Amino acid sequence: MKKLFFILVIFFNFNYAYSLIEVDITRGNLDPLPIAVSPLHVDAQSDNLQDIKVKELGDLISSVIESNFKSTGLFNPLNKDAFVQKPDIAHLKPRFEDWSLITAQALVTGKILIKDNKLKVEFRLWDVAAAKEMVALAFTTTPTNWRRVAHIISDKIYERLTGETGYFDTRIIYVSETGPKTQRVKRLAIMDQDGVNVKYLTLGNELVLTPRFNPTNQLVTYLSYFRNLPRVYLLDIETGIQEVVGNFPGMTFAPRFSPDGKKIIMSFAENGNSDIYTMDLESRLVEKITDHSAIDTSPSYSPDGKYICFNSDRSGLQQIYTMNSDGTNVKRISFGDGIYGTPVWSPRGDLIAFTKVRAGRFYIGVMRSDGTGERLLTENFYQEAPSWSPNGRLLVFYRETKSGNDGEGFTAKLWSIDITGYNERQIKTETDASDPSWSTLLSK
Amino acid sequence: MKFNTKIRNLLIILFSTLALSACSTAKKSTVGTSGDVYTGTDTVEYLAPGVKDRVFFATNSSSLTTASRDTLRKQADYLRKNKDMNVVLEGHADERGTREYNLALGERRANAARDYLMTYGISGKRISVISYGKERPVNSASTPLAWSQNRRAVTVKAN
Repeated sequence: MKKLFFILVIFFNFNYAYSLIEVDITRGNLDPLPIAVSPLHVDAQSDNLQDIKVKELGDLISSVIESNFKSTGLFNPLNKDAFVQKPDIAHLKPRFEDWSLITAQALVTGKILIKDNKLKVEFRLWDVAAAKEMVALAFTTTPTNWRRVAHIISDKIYERLTGETGYFDTRIIYVSETGPKTQRVKRLAIMDQDGVNVKYLTLGNELVLTPRFNPTNQLVTYLSYFRNLPRVYLLDIETGIQEVVGNFPGMTFAPRFSPDGKKIIMSFAENGNSDIYTMDLESRLVEKITDHSAIDTSPSYSPDGKYICFNSDRSGLQQIYTMNSDGTNVKRISFGDGIYGTPVWSPRGDLIAFTKVRAGRFYIGVMRSDGTGERLLTENFYQEAPSWSPNGRLLVFYRETKSGNDGEGFTAKLWSIDITGYNERQIKTETDASDPSWSTLLSK
Repeated sequence: MKFNTKIRNLLIILFSTLALSACSTAKKSTVGTSGDVYTGTDTVEYLAPGVKDRVFFATNSSSLTTASRDTLRKQADYLRKNKDMNVVLEGHADERGTREYNLALGERRANAARDYLMTYGISGKRISVISYGKERPVNSASTPLAWSQNRRAVTVKAN
């Protein structure tokens, strides 16, 4: 896992000075930008590799980039059949007239060389109308990392064209679900943001729920029913070592990391009452944050760590509250029609995403952290548990379908949606899936 | 062929009459709700003859109904007579709530039942509690009836 972070980035010819094409992402994009992603040229001097088809690698990388762009709804990758220029020549000097003839406004070219078990990748982004290079970058990494290279290139292009941080070089941790509804088998699973490279982290012998990454994506906190004692656990993804968090005499649940990764915040239930606690991972010091006879759960820190939003039924039904991180200054912020759960603070700090239930329908929505500006993004029979993309532009959540008498027709799937309310799409998973949690960018 | 069909029809009528009379006479298994609290006996199991193993709740509620208190008093009687027996109280929620809140709600329901057993003289040391939230429904249908059967606290023998 460590070697994934061994990526050399060499910058050359950065011309941020020119303001060229720009993609407006603040609204649902009805007119996606036509972009041509030329297959990357594979240098003929490349070594052969056992596990990777080197000759096809240029095509593979460009198709990963294309599918990333397509998934944003902001770009329209053009059909390669219409490309007239050879990849190697296009990468040196594109004939812009030809590319503009097929309506491309942006062009991506590149080349790769594999030597001594190192993959060297170079790519350029061109503004076709202005006939100018916008970005050029080169990377060196291990050949098995080629998908990550494709995601990093996608991020660089997305950043250059939208002015926002990318989110393609990321992973999602989730709960894989199999078996009948009454005896669901649940396993922790991790995958790339595009659904590829799935790895299962637990065997399914015990129920596991609500995994969440720490800020460096190496640790995961989650709820496990190991030995029928539902407790919050900490898992090191690299070593596979798991440990119980704290020494509580009853159920702990709804865990999340603090933004600095030093604490875990969670609920502890005792005698029918759930309150919010934190545990410092180094000193093991436990602190009680809320003290109320109602249910207090689903805590989530603001990105600066100063505030916490959480879910409580102290006013009767589930509503969203905020407080200072020491538990003072508790304020209810949800006042709309219906009940509210699962508040999660956006990585940008401005918005809180939530689940809302009204008249038997489930909504994913966002509101400002003072409770104003509520916007519902999507409505369905059942959906909940939004998690933010690291750039705060998308939410991933899970959705369950209605089932018949023997549970037939029941599915649980992961979906994502833009905070504009546009571009709702399913993220394909091998099994049914729930409780997704998005990592931060792997290469920062 | 015709004859066969006739016999079949006759058999169907005969069997359904039998089945109907069986329903009306044999120990009844009922299905029903009051408000939205399940009042039937489908899905219910028994700790001993006449001692139901579970109580049901209204949506978002952990209040014990009159019928639930009656069931729990019978459980307390039974536990008083079986002094060596420990139990686990399992609290459950339906699938119509968010997962984390449902875990807390299941814990609250199980404790409501535990508290009632304790007021009838059963030591808290004999009763442990576990919440499954919405993770272990008994009825997997997405219907109001199924949801009412799933909102429950079940007393399970632990030894």
